[in-house]
Amino acid sequence: MELDDLEKDLTDKISAASDEAALEELRVHALGKKGVISEKMKVLGKVSPEERKTLGPALNGLKTRIGDAIAARKIVLEDAALEARLATEKVDITLPVRPVQKGRIHPVTQVMEEIAAIFADMGFEIREGPDIEDDFHNFTALNFPPDHPAREMHDTFFFNEKEDNSRMVLRTHTSPVQIRTMMNEKPPLRVIIPGRTYRCDSDQTHTPMFHQVEGLVIDKSTHMGHLKGTLTEFVAAFFEVDSVKTRFRPHFFPFTEPSAEMDVGYERVGNEIRIGQGDDWMEILGSGMVHPNVLRNCGLDPDEYQGFAFGMGVDRLAMLKYGIPDLRDFFAADARWLEHYGFDPLDQPNTATGLSR
Amino acid sequence: MKFPLSWLKKHLDTDATLDEIVETMVRVGLEVEEVDNPAERLKDFTIGHVLEAEPHPDADKLRVCKVATKDGEKQIVCGAPNARAGIKVAYAAVGTYVPGIDVTLSKAKIRGVESFGMMCSARELELGEDHDGIIEAPEDAEVGASVVDVLGSNDPVIDFEVTPNRPDTNGVLGVARDLAAAGLGQLSSESYDLPQGQFDSPQKIELDFTEQTKDACPAFGGVYIRGVKNGPSPQWLQDALLKIGLRPISALVDMTNYVSVDRARPLHVYDADKLTGPIRARLGRGDDAPFEALDGKEYKPGETMTVIADDARVLGFGGIMGGEYSGCTEETTNVFIEAAYFDPTRTAKTGRKTGIISDARYRFERGIDPQSIEEGLAQAAQMVLEICGGEISHMEMAGTAPDGTKEISFPPTEVKRLTGLDVAEDEMERILTALGFSVERSASDWMVTSPSFRPDIEGKADLVEEIARIVGLDNLPEATLPPLDAVERPKYSRQQDRIRLARRALASAGYLEAVTWSFCDAPHAALFGAGQSNPDLVLANPISSDLGVMRPSVLPGLVAAAGRNAARGHKDLALFEVGGAYTSDQPDGQQTVAAGLRAYNPSRHWQGVSAEDGVFISKADAMKVLEAAGAPVGNLMILEGAPAHYHPGRSGILSMGPKNHLAYFGELHPRVLKEMDVEGPLYVFEAMLDKIPSGKAKAAKSKPALNKSDLMPLNRDFAFVVPADVPAENLLKAVRGAEKKLIAGISLFDVYQGKGVEEGHKSLAIEVTLQPVEKTLTDEEIEAISQRIIAQVRKATGASLRS
Repeated sequence: MELDDLEKDLTDKISAASDEAALEELRVHALGKKGVISEKMKVLGKVSPEERKTLGPALNGLKTRIGDAIAARKIVLEDAALEARLATEKVDITLPVRPVQKGRIHPVTQVMEEIAAIFADMGFEIREGPDIEDDFHNFTALNFPPDHPAREMHDTFFFNEKEDNSRMVLRTHTSPVQIRTMMNEKPPLRVIIPGRTYRCDSDQTHTPMFHQVEGLVIDKSTHMGHLKGTLTEFVAAFFEVDSVKTRFRPHFFPFTEPSAEMDVGYERVGNEIRIGQGDDWMEILGSGMVHPNVLRNCGLDPDEYQGFAFGMGVDRLAMLKYGIPDLRDFFAADARWLEHYGFDPLDQPNTATGLSR
Repeated sequence: MKFPLSWLKKHLDTDATLDEIVETMVRVGLEVEEVDNPAERLKDFTIGHVLEAEPHPDADKLRVCKVATKDGEKQIVCGAPNARAGIKVAYAAVGTYVPGIDVTLSKAKIRGVESFGMMCSARELELGEDHDGIIEAPEDAEVGASVVDVLGSNDPVIDFEVTPNRPDTNGVLGVARDLAAAGLGQLSSESYDLPQGQFDSPQKIELDFTEQTKDACPAFGGVYIRGVKNGPSPQWLQDALLKIGLRPISALVDMTNYVSVDRARPLHVYDADKLTGPIRARLGRGDDAPFEALDGKEYKPGETMTVIADDARVLGFGGIMGGEYSGCTEETTNVFIEAAYFDPTRTAKTGRKTGIISDARYRFERGIDPQSIEEGLAQAAQMVLEICGGEISHMEMAGTAPDGTKEISFPPTEVKRLTGLDVAEDEMERILTALGFSVERSASDWMVTSPSFRPDIEGKADLVEEIARIVGLDNLPEATLPPLDAVERPKYSRQQDRIRLARRALASAGYLEAVTWSFCDAPHAALFGAGQSNPDLVLANPISSDLGVMRPSVLPGLVAAAGRNAARGHKDLALFEVGGAYTSDQPDGQQTVAAGLRAYNPSRHWQGVSAEDGVFISKADAMKVLEAAGAPVGNLMILEGAPAHYHPGRSGILSMGPKNHLAYFGELHPRVLKEMDVEGPLYVFEAMLDKIPSGKAKAAKSKPALNKSDLMPLNRDFAFVVPADVPAENLLKAVRGAEKKLIAGISLFDVYQGKGVEEGHKSLAIEVTLQPVEKTLTDEEIEAISQRIIAQVRKATGASLRS
């Protein structure tokens, strides 16, 4: 059969087409306007009706099969061409990427945010105040009488004396913000006060600037048991342990009465300090019930209002929690130290996901 | 303050162990800092028995001994004259640290003979001064027993912190009283009465003050003792003082030190034969000559200082330090003992002004018991008569001591109100009474009188503390604060949260957060403070001169840090700090500034080094931090005129409107780098976070509807030629103004000066994106917009289209 030979010839050529151009040439040769199959179709009108009945379907079938074969071959050739291109596009994937400078959050900032997150859960808002204070806010209102030796417990930075003999100081603690808060706002108050503090002292364990967080609760019913409960919960949450051993010792602060220092139990395992359990005690904060004189100085009646205050060193808490050896490094801005002890900015402390990774 | 256990036991009858005593002291608020326990410190020294002592073959003065020890028989070479067979000695094995000679023993060969260990003298163990020979323990001492136990020299010394509110605990008696109240034993102090006077004191006392200044020294008492013989103190007194670190001097001096430590009662003893006329307490006078104090230094009395003087000279500062001239010596035969009450505040001021540090000042400025004059004199006189002999006069007394007690109306319910502790009323009364208070109970408010030795007690809260500390703070209930809301409200203010976000944004942009000092070197402050210096911001007592003034900017600390890091080879650096910059000493003179610094030296890379101009990195970073902190960065003006520490041509201001400068950015001035000796260039910014308007929190959280068009945006490019000094922003602003509705974006993609562009001009090429809103734009509409853009730009900048 003539048609069978044609089909065989065409399909052989399609299979042999080595690129898309050759295949296109074949398509024109077979199915183009003047293609071999098209030419055969043209004669269809000239044959007898009987012959047409067999020749017509045969030609149409041939046309469809050749069309399909070309399409199929086209896909094969396209795939092959793509594979060939991909092969040339290979890169050395071990080449290093462009380095990205990683930023870090300072441990003091991170720890302050951790502390704020815990106290926020307990209802404490944040208050702040100026670093340069007057004598009233830093001392007198806090029940440090002028010339009292208690003032000498603070190695105070003074500014030069003014014409009226007053002299400003760099605040020696964050407590003056207690005064500002009590004088400006009405109880009930539940606030923490983070910030920079200054003492004229510089050695291995003291820097002239450091950081404190102060806490203040004033209402009509808060007593020292609440102080103990709040701080005990805080310490466990901060050090991310289930429970901590704590010890409250009577102490003296001019602005609280009764006053207490809080110790936490710890143990040393190798170079690491583990807070919470153990037979040794470490002092971590000072606290007490707000002194009646302080309340009076802020216009509050100590027979009506009461509450507690506490203060702690942020830098020291950071050292204890994260095993940072030297306080002085906190303020040296050494990039190696900041990269090592700093925190990823994605680590945003909160109590829902945990304070730290 | 230090005291040996044996001294405490003169006041406290107790069987408590050392550990119990220390623990109880801590529990009642006497914070023990150190316990020196010889039994612990010298536990390695044990009794040995010298079996044989033969002469050393090569040294006359040495002996080779065979000693029975806990480690078996040892050969020890010893040079002590009393080393002989049969005696019991203090043996130290090889490896033991001997404190008196600061040596850790090793095996030795002494003149050719091996020696395994040492037999020690009292001084070598710091148990005394004796170094004439080795310790000879009693014959019945057992080999291997602790030397300290055998010698009965186990007298631990406790050192604790005296808080300013407890001047009574500057005396051992005060400690004993607290411990007795806490149930650790019975207070067993002796009380003293003045011995019967034999004659009237030939030495008179006067108080020479005005009505206004008489509180400087309201009372001054004394006794005269004639015919004393001064000399070394008896051993028990010397030992007691040595244990607390005081050097014995002579009986008369040691006695005053003893009373001062025993009862917090400072005294002074004058050589009465050196006094001229009556002695008087008065304030210093302009014509007072300087005098030599007992510390060997000369002091000029000031007119606010209390001095003790006679007719001839100033004898000393009252309550602080006596003078050399009238001090006691070996030859002294007649003495006058002073016990006075000096005002704490004035004493503290005088102490600070003179810089004299003494035990007397320490006690007076914290407040001694004003009622202790007579008993103090009595205790001293008894000691003098006992040790030095002599005859005592009647007491001389000038003025009246303040009462020192306070009556406090005390509702016992205060204890529960302030502490949450449940304490029985009987127990409260017991505690207060044991601490020296007198208590009159009644149905409602008790009347409590504080003792004269507790000047710290002011009111009810102090009594609560007394009761709570003796009951023990470990007994406090553990209560939690009631929640304020089921879910707590936000606790950061908007401003506080912005600062938090500013930090996170900068760290996310690759900056390391630093914290540097709030103070800096004065010349550096001038560099960053427009050359101005504010005298109000100069510290009177800086830690060092290079930290002498409050910083006017956060940058100096960061720039100095960049220099230090570069010196370590860290050259590609990005640092930021958020902190205070100070313009005055008032609360509004402290600005919160987020400052950043880049030393932009990116490392080489096989994909090439990015070649950005650092000025625009600092501009981008400044905008980043402002945006994080809530500033409307899309609408800011960009102005010239950053402060003088910026490069004048490569810096700018991001401003809300023409006046509210939110941030500066740009290259640091090369002169600043040179002055600070730091290599540049450094690219910096300062964002004044307080200046960002806080705005109001939105009432509704819903976002406005998204305005998105289904129509294709289209782009048109324009290239304009403008005079070189025309800011690009002027051109961009003109483009934006030309079509406010349809322009969705403008991108400035080329800035060109050079061939093909007229001299003194530059070409700025922009791509404008038009976003059709309701219908596709026709060619005519697009052309009309293009013409408007060209016209507006021409009008605003004098630009022409680049041909």
